[in-house]
Amino acid sequence: MMILSGDPPRSRVLTLVLVVIILALAATPFLFPGAKALNVAAKICIFATLVASYDLLLGYTGSVSFAHTMFYGIGSYAIAIALYGMGPNWAAVATGIVAGLPLAALLALAIGLFSLRVAAIFFAMITLAVASAFQVLASQLSWLTGGEDGRSFQLPELLRPGTVLISKNLFGFEINGRILTFYLVFAISGLMILALLRVVNSPFGRVLQAIRENRFRAEALGFRTVFHLTYANCLAALVAASAGILNALWLRYAGPDTSLSFSIMLDILLMVVIGGMGTIYGAIIGATIFILAQNYLQSLMGVASKAADEAGLPLLPGLLHPDRWLLWLGLLFIASVYFFPTGVVGRLRHGGGKKPAGASH
Amino acid sequence: MTDLAATDPLPKPKRDLAPILLPVALALLMIPLIGSTSSWLTLTVASLAMGMMIFIMASGLTLVFGLMDVLNFGHGAFIAVGAYVATLVLAPFAASIQADSLLTNLAVLAPAALLSMAVSGALGLVVERVLILPVYGQHLKQILMTTGGLIVAEQTLYALWGPQIIPMPLPASLRGSFIIGDVAIAKYRVLAMLIGLGVFIAIQLVLNRTKLGLLIRAGVENREMVEALGYRIRRLFLGVFMTGSALAGLGGVMWALYREQVHASMSDDLTVLIFIVVIIGGLGSIGGCFIGAILVAMVANYGGFLVPKLALVSNILLMVAILMWRPRGLYAVTSR
Repeated sequence: MMILSGDPPRSRVLTLVLVVIILALAATPFLFPGAKALNVAAKICIFATLVASYDLLLGYTGSVSFAHTMFYGIGSYAIAIALYGMGPNWAAVATGIVAGLPLAALLALAIGLFSLRVAAIFFAMITLAVASAFQVLASQLSWLTGGEDGRSFQLPELLRPGTVLISKNLFGFEINGRILTFYLVFAISGLMILALLRVVNSPFGRVLQAIRENRFRAEALGFRTVFHLTYANCLAALVAASAGILNALWLRYAGPDTSLSFSIMLDILLMVVIGGMGTIYGAIIGATIFILAQNYLQSLMGVASKAADEAGLPLLPGLLHPDRWLLWLGLLFIASVYFFPTGVVGRLRHGGGKKPAGASH
Repeated sequence: MTDLAATDPLPKPKRDLAPILLPVALALLMIPLIGSTSSWLTLTVASLAMGMMIFIMASGLTLVFGLMDVLNFGHGAFIAVGAYVATLVLAPFAASIQADSLLTNLAVLAPAALLSMAVSGALGLVVERVLILPVYGQHLKQILMTTGGLIVAEQTLYALWGPQIIPMPLPASLRGSFIIGDVAIAKYRVLAMLIGLGVFIAIQLVLNRTKLGLLIRAGVENREMVEALGYRIRRLFLGVFMTGSALAGLGGVMWALYREQVHASMSDDLTVLIFIVVIIGGLGSIGGCFIGAILVAMVANYGGFLVPKLALVSNILLMVAILMWRPRGLYAVTSR
């Protein structure tokens, strides 16, 4: 219980699902052969972390930020630019981390102080505007960021796929740098999610929830709400930037499409809402469902689209086209905000979803 | 409290002129910086035209927020829908669009714009009933619901029209410029300015001179009181929402003609721009929205001319500056 900060899943089914997900992720290199499965597993880990950090904002403080991908992108780009410029060594990795994390935290501090000074309702709009400006900036500063092409780079020797650490033993598995990288991603993601769980169950986390429920009353109780909100903002930005670092390390690439685009922001929103706001566990569930759907549902849609096309149905082939899968996720998103605002986790915990988490204001 | 005799007229509310003077001062300040008067005039007209178009798109959003405290993140969808619907009329009648006669051109353009307004207005009805009605008074859910609506609308547009950019050429008679002395003023910009000004005056007249407008303004100030007086504010709001959506559709058509192309992603870019305008103006204020739109367009045009590199972040800088001066926007609506 210590490791979960006294906040267990509180539902037998949920515990089972989480254990299955985590065991499956941990065993992916051995259970599911092939690069795609490993990619999907790493992406689930990275996004679970990113979504959990977003949950700290959306689910626990009730403020909608559209700038979360910006911090994710800062982490990605910091490591990519450092490794691209300094060559594949550990000093470059350290430089990227040392440059990226404080930058993300400082920017979060600036946005927090500025937009929390003005009316609270502006926060979502201002973050959206800042994030879009940052995206344009990143694609324009092509001497630094590589523009639309982004930056691909080499990893330090130890983490490269070509590095064989343990050659095929009697079980028939080979441990190479790629698998080591995967476990690095897995372990850091796990640690960060546990740390977030610790944060939301601390007295600080309780204050955040109080602010979410009634900011005015929290202020009247003597909590400096602006300080708490800004602090939460910075923490979330730090974790998001760390997730960005993991993402860049895993892809060996950072570019606008993989780390900054608005569609990633929408993905995060979908994941946190589908999984369940204000639970942290929801991030793991949401990321798993979403990324599995993204990778495997799309091919299914392709088959369905082709079938509809051959049957000569109007409109359906277009609606079922694999590129249109966001349409269906968007519908699912609206339905889940409407029918089960507590997401999968809330459903499993309370059965009915009587207690709406993440109420307004 | 000062004593007022019964016969004295009521004290007039103080007119807040500083925001109105701001764009004027900005424009005058630019004359020496730009140097040539003719390019200054061209740029100013361009900013005014662009500002009017942005205003048409943003006015609905700000009224909807002011009246009902509803933050519609999907407002951009109406813009894109309006533009796409216009292609339905403009594409089959491409020949009359290319005819060199203003009347023939307008005979196609006007129905196209009206159809766009009708469709986006009707869509507004659906969105209000389906997405917003269940989540009144809950900002967080409103943002989530309307963002979801934006995704669905955008993807549906892609599914129906395909992901490619659709060209939308300007009518023949609206291409080119009026040349006055050495100043070139694009004809379409003049039209855009006229329409924008017309919409602004119409909104102001309705708001300030009709009973409907009185109710809307009263609703912005104090919704519960209007309800207590027996008016169905929900119905009033639905009307405002549909009008705002229809105006967004009209703005979408005008913007598409201005850019001469239609693409579903235009809703994303314009959403950001509109938000900045609405924040600058003060959420809920039509006058502020008008000034904000012109300011944003001026900064974009002058900034693009003087320091092209800065144009990327100029809107953000403008927003920061204005909010430092007035944290609630140029004209803050009192009740919020």
